[in-house]
Amino acid sequence: MEVLQLLISGLANGCVYGLIALGFVLIYKATEAVNFAQGDFMMLGAFVTLGLVNPEYMGIPFWLALPLVFVIMGVLGYLLDLVVLRAVFGQSQVAVIIVTIALGFVIRFAVGEIWGHEPQSLRSPLALGDVRVGDLVLGLADVAVIIVTVIMTILLWQFFQRTKMGLAMQAASQNQMAAYYMGIPVKRIQGMVWALAGIVAAVAGILYASKGALDPSAGFIGIKAFAAAVIGGFGSLPGALLGGLIVGVIEPFAARYLPPGWSQIAPYALLIAVLLFRPHGLFAQVRAKKV
Amino acid sequence: MKFHFKTDYDQDIRMFPDWWNFSLYAALLVLALCLPLLIDPFFLGEATNVLIWATAGLGLMLLTGQTGQVSLGHSAFMALGCYSCVLMMEANVPFLAAFLLAGVITGIVGALIAIPALKLHGVYLAIATLALAILADDIIVLLKEWTDGVNGKMSPPIDLFGYEISRWNNPVEWYYLTLAVVLMVTLFYRNLLRAPLGRAFAAVRDSEISAQAMGVNVAQTKTIAFGISCAITGLGGALMGLFAGAFNNETFNFLLSIQLLMMIVVGGLGFIHGAFLGAVVIAFLPQVLSMTTDLFGRGVAIPGLESGVFGVILILFILFEPMGLYGRWLKIRTFLELFPFARKDMFKRQKSYLKTERLR
Repeated sequence: MEVLQLLISGLANGCVYGLIALGFVLIYKATEAVNFAQGDFMMLGAFVTLGLVNPEYMGIPFWLALPLVFVIMGVLGYLLDLVVLRAVFGQSQVAVIIVTIALGFVIRFAVGEIWGHEPQSLRSPLALGDVRVGDLVLGLADVAVIIVTVIMTILLWQFFQRTKMGLAMQAASQNQMAAYYMGIPVKRIQGMVWALAGIVAAVAGILYASKGALDPSAGFIGIKAFAAAVIGGFGSLPGALLGGLIVGVIEPFAARYLPPGWSQIAPYALLIAVLLFRPHGLFAQVRAKKV
Repeated sequence: MKFHFKTDYDQDIRMFPDWWNFSLYAALLVLALCLPLLIDPFFLGEATNVLIWATAGLGLMLLTGQTGQVSLGHSAFMALGCYSCVLMMEANVPFLAAFLLAGVITGIVGALIAIPALKLHGVYLAIATLALAILADDIIVLLKEWTDGVNGKMSPPIDLFGYEISRWNNPVEWYYLTLAVVLMVTLFYRNLLRAPLGRAFAAVRDSEISAQAMGVNVAQTKTIAFGISCAITGLGGALMGLFAGAFNNETFNFLLSIQLLMMIVVGGLGFIHGAFLGAVVIAFLPQVLSMTTDLFGRGVAIPGLESGVFGVILILFILFEPMGLYGRWLKIRTFLELFPFARKDMFKRQKSYLKTERLR
């Protein structure tokens, strides 16, 4: 029973990691760059929702606020690409890494200034309390998180496989020049991807906030999501989700069965191990470079 | 406008291209030596801080600026340098030996870590080293018997040839100690760039494939670069810990290595001068900010302001001056030297477009 309980809470945590990792992968697939600020995007999305929904701020009903949050985060993602990332277009990957890390710092500072640094909790309809099944105590929020994540992944996967826009995004990521020649508006497509990543981040943020308190340093769990994305092999959407689940499940079990102090190492040790032994993740999409 | 009329191949690799250049750096050295006479102890402490940051920055610059590998894990190596130096000093190893050995140990460990890590490219390397930095924080806590975990350690007094150097009693000596280390590292760095190894670094940075074609052993070069870079950063870390007086795992948080990376980008990637200019920015930014907030009457420190402002500065630099402060100075100098013939696009770089290795 205890194992099952650890498993469920681990899966729910893992879904949040997986969703952040989905954001990494989306941007990586489309622009071959990694957004180190994705964790802070998630935190920002959660705080925007909190600012709209919570009675001490604007007090809009949750389901009314939801589309508003998506629009805000989507526009923000698009604008970030337009103003900041598009200027880095054509520079080395290092520049993108540094710019996004800096963006993360700026977002964290801005959120701290607007909403304060104290932990707050979101009035979310997903935070329903617990349900008892036999000896098992299930957080309904955990179950909801898992369901929403699964739906989200299927939607995104189909989007990339079936729609014209999704295919254009894939083409732009595989070869920017060739995509231009085929008449794909590469820059606009990349803006759309950033918008999409903003929306996914908002979903992850709402789910994260439904499970507990929220403060501006929540964005640091983005680092664990890196582990998820790497394990899944950057560039694979189901892989990112699976990686997130693995990291999420390992954490509570490590905390339960390993001596204190060792448990928080587990995700990072796993990350390094995967990078060393399967550098392109479990769902490798790369073959050896041929010159 | 000066012309170098070349009559000898050695002219290409001279330390100083001409007497004017040499006298400029000589003047700078004299200024650095006379600095304690010119400014009061508080600002001398700040100058020492700048030099310590510059030492650590030079280490990362060698890896990122010269060899083109991003590392977000250099805080781990700063910690290693610091803890190994202090532990050896506590075991009654003379300071000089402990300090240099700390550098050597960090270098060897860095090179060992580099062997598997450098199979990774770009983003993957950045993530792996970031994980390393976070692991280092936890490992310091786990190795409680040696490192005293979260309680941290006090740095022992430095005893150099029977002459005690402490930050509070004789800041001038501390300054000279740091200056000596920085000079040593800078000279080593400059000479390295003139040697075949330094050329190999540049070749690997610009294109691994063409470096291989030119007969450079890419893996070996990267490993050596990582080792030397870690050794220098370890020295910087040892100085930082000793200068701070007390340190624990939080001192060498992974944010430190991000700061270090941001510092060399603001200063100018790939230039020795860049490490120093970046160090000046990062050491004086907190002072400038606290002065500004005082001016606006918000006496309390605003949490996160420093990193927020630094983030904005960094974004502006990448957008408008990717070559950093030193690159800006180069442009201004060229403009003045060539006046009125300087053209806007003289520093323009070839854009690179992405082509993934993924199959779908």
